[in-house]
Amino acid sequence: MNFDKELDARNLSCPLPIVKTKKALADMASGQVLKVTATDVGAVKDMQAFADQTGNTLLSTAEQNGEYIFFMQKK
Amino acid sequence: MTTKKMAIIATKGTLDMAYPPFILASTAAALGYDVQIFFTFYGLQLLRKDLSDVMISPLANPAMPMPVPMPVMVQMLPGMESMATMMMKQKLKKHGVASLEELRDLCLEADVKFIACQMTVDLFEFDKSEFIENVEYGGAAMFFGFAGDTDICLFV
Repeated sequence: MNFDKELDARNLSCPLPIVKTKKALADMASGQVLKVTATDVGAVKDMQAFADQTGNTLLSTAEQNGEYIFFMQKK
Repeated sequence: MTTKKMAIIATKGTLDMAYPPFILASTAAALGYDVQIFFTFYGLQLLRKDLSDVMISPLANPAMPMPVPMPVMVQMLPGMESMATMMMKQKLKKHGVASLEELRDLCLEADVKFIACQMTVDLFEFDKSEFIENVEYGGAAMFFGFAGDTDICLFV
């Protein structure tokens, strides 16, 4: 999937993946896509909850070798 | 959509109890909440520029997981508190949990408002110059001005 910006949130625990996602999205334009890589399993539910509550769109979630990859589209 | 609001009353000044207010506040701010934390009593310790005195004690803290069971008589020996704090900090770091300083900075960056209880600042004769600068001083009534209108209000 194409993305405009990438965030490495590996080895970070709650709430850092969410807080850093929010920060990364701040200077992006509407419609742009952020790729987030995390290792915290809690981030799977948290990223969805973040999207639900902020109106950004979680395009996809995937697990690969113990890493979770999210594509978040800015609203 | 109107902005949601959250208020937290932080009353504890130990390492374990310092995390919840900052974690919840930074998360809520990331979710778009307008957040205020009212620091009172021992919670004021969390506003110090230097947070290295924020410690955890194994004493009278039976829920704290210990690597080896330790009798209370041992827990009360000098240096045990520093040791427990050092071990807890190492554990937090190993698991990628942010330091208190980092979480507090993230809160400030996200415009979380910190209010220090003026009464307890006076009561404990705290020196305001030891606190970080982004703090407002006020009383309970001032806090209620915000808290009365929140979606979530927590006492920690």
